[in-house]
Amino acid sequence: MVSTQVASGRPESDRPVPRRLYAARGFGDRVFRIQLTATGVVVLAVMAAVGLFLLLRAGQALHARGFAFLTTAAWQPDVHNFGIAAVLTGTLLIALVAVTISVPLAVGTALFISDVAPRGLRRTLVSMVDLMAAVPSVVYGLWGLFFLQQHVIGLSRWLSDWFGWIPLFTVDGIQPGDPLASASVYTASTFVAGIVVALMVAPIQCSVMREVFAQAPAGEREGAYALGATRWGMIRAVVLPYGKGGIIGGTMLGLGRALGETIAVYLIISPVFTIQPHILQTGSNSVSSLIALHYGDSSEFGMSALMAAGLALFLLTLAVNFTASSVAARSRSGAQSEA
Amino acid sequence: MTVVDLAKTPGEQGALATPTASPAPVAPVAPVVPDPVSVPEQPRRIGGVSRSAVLSLTGAGASALCVTILLFGELAPFSGMLGFVVTAYLVFLAVYAVLTGFEEDGQAVRDRVMTVVLWTAATLLFSALALVVGFTAWRGKEALPHGNFFTQDMQAAGPLDPLTNGGIAHAMAGTLIMMAIALTISVPLGLACAVYLNQIPGRFSRFVRTIVEAMTALPSIVAGLMVYAVWILGLGMPKSGLAAGFAISVMMLPIVIRASDVVLRLVPGNLTEAAEALGAPRWRTVWHVVLPTARSGLATAVILGTARGIGETSPVLLTAGFTAALNADPTAGPMVSLPLAVFNFVKSPQPEMIARGFGAAAVLMTMVLVLFVIARVIGGRGPGHQTRRQARRTARASRRDVTRFAAPHTPASVSVPGLSLFEDTAPQPHDTAASAPAPGDND
Repeated sequence: MVSTQVASGRPESDRPVPRRLYAARGFGDRVFRIQLTATGVVVLAVMAAVGLFLLLRAGQALHARGFAFLTTAAWQPDVHNFGIAAVLTGTLLIALVAVTISVPLAVGTALFISDVAPRGLRRTLVSMVDLMAAVPSVVYGLWGLFFLQQHVIGLSRWLSDWFGWIPLFTVDGIQPGDPLASASVYTASTFVAGIVVALMVAPIQCSVMREVFAQAPAGEREGAYALGATRWGMIRAVVLPYGKGGIIGGTMLGLGRALGETIAVYLIISPVFTIQPHILQTGSNSVSSLIALHYGDSSEFGMSALMAAGLALFLLTLAVNFTASSVAARSRSGAQSEA
Repeated sequence: MTVVDLAKTPGEQGALATPTASPAPVAPVAPVVPDPVSVPEQPRRIGGVSRSAVLSLTGAGASALCVTILLFGELAPFSGMLGFVVTAYLVFLAVYAVLTGFEEDGQAVRDRVMTVVLWTAATLLFSALALVVGFTAWRGKEALPHGNFFTQDMQAAGPLDPLTNGGIAHAMAGTLIMMAIALTISVPLGLACAVYLNQIPGRFSRFVRTIVEAMTALPSIVAGLMVYAVWILGLGMPKSGLAAGFAISVMMLPIVIRASDVVLRLVPGNLTEAAEALGAPRWRTVWHVVLPTARSGLATAVILGTARGIGETSPVLLTAGFTAALNADPTAGPMVSLPLAVFNFVKSPQPEMIARGFGAAAVLMTMVLVLFVIARVIGGRGPGHQTRRQARRTARASRRDVTRFAAPHTPASVSVPGLSLFEDTAPQPHDTAASAPAPGDND
């Protein structure tokens, strides 16, 4: 309104009128803008549809069970006795084992690539880590099933012998130090699945962390060296504080992947539908492998129950991811250096 | 050798140590006095290997081996390969720290030990990953030499048939078809959305970016469930390759968007500003400046998304069904992809089927590797860095421009010289009409 008046009042045009910065010029730009916004809306709609349709389909099962859905361990949807207490515990324990193993490895490797490795080697190592992050999960599953399973028994036995007094490492029915104990109680456990998932998520975490470590300001690095710091002193004083957001963000990203991993876990564990807090003992479960196990033989109501389980997994990973991105956004990581 | 002379450059510990060690304030000044001019300046060595470090490492390694053999063989009731390695490593670290401590101070010892620990972490991770890949390739060598493995499907092959009968042609075809469908959906949508996030900033696009970032780690089985709920339960469609393609594209979309968003953000601002200053509309700036500049990075983003999508089993498991026969029609009938075929092969107890599973996994890995190498080759350089061929092409184009500018002016090229850079045809009348009055207003 105002601008048209100014435009008509041409005589007093020497009065400074702020130039209007048009983002869009002409018909082509308007179409372009509308199209781009439409793609944004479509993508958002697809992403919203994931949650919406799961909720819609899960409604029947959630309505039938109510709060008991969270506290029941059994999975018998056809007699209306089902819940995600067992599978959710299993999922969290597998992810916990995976993150506990993968984070030290990932942080160490990321620091190694960004600061310790010979310069000529760094680019190759970066490519290798990125390549490893793209190896299909079914390959990790095969390795876990046919290779790791037999070789990890010794470690499991050792852990349960020496640390069996910690409830997490207890194995039922095994006397500590009994050399004749059956090895099969140590297979198909949360621990084995956790190791495999750890190897799967470690490259992803490492790749995120390395990217942040590499951005640590050169001026601050050199300042630390100039003050007489050793390389490890510099890493502790500059790189790690700067990369804290990256470490947390990478960990959470790996945690999100670990929570949702299906095939590798499905191949390794033998599913049980009780809350199984003993990670070394055979038998475990996860939400995603529950879905993969039962999607084929479910009634309509059973499918609704599976959708409810999927919804729970979806919300869990979403919460983890939002936490990760807000932590990463708030930290100094990724900020440009002034030096 | 990491040279940190605390007398000259007091580090953290030197600063802490001086007040307790020296009773008089004069003492810390004294070491500085010896004439600094006579000492030629030498750059400090950070990292690197010296003779004493090699000797310490060798000595620590030898003594760790001996101590552990002694422990395991004679003294303590330890056993097991893994325990041996762990004990040897811990003893090695301790001995190495002590050996370094003979000639260095605490800071340097910690640095040396941590360097070894970082080397160990990296070696451990890389060797574990090499083991995963190598194991699959090694077990796959049983099935891979048979030519029929690549040309036949499993329709005529029973579980007891030898490897000379049956193959994974159906799974390879299925993977290619599903990926084609997924790429057809996710590449245009993903790239357009990434351009949207970059070009039209605002509250809504920030919101879209947040959601997309949160969705990058969307569990793939949830993507499969969603397509199952919408397409198969909701619309009553049968399980098919098309549904699997949809599921894979739902999973790939956030990955492609996020990776291309990052690449587009790296396009230098002065390039787009130059285009704007020449009067190009926004869509031409994007089409002729932003996208070509970021082309290699965008290709990398797409290929990395493809590499993730190609290996996903669970969305296909829920939406594609399973078949042993070759099915080239994505709209009808079940279809199988490579990862799903691997999954089904290894669930069988027959050693031949397991060998086929490993063979298929090796083929899948090779596909991922090839995609990855392609991504590295075309995406190895950042935006603005051209290959030699691109540089020659740009040089040719600018020589053409120079001759064109030097040629006698025709009225058309004088009126809007900027637009002719972007398109050789005459500018649209709409653009000239829009831009012509603008200078008039300012006069």
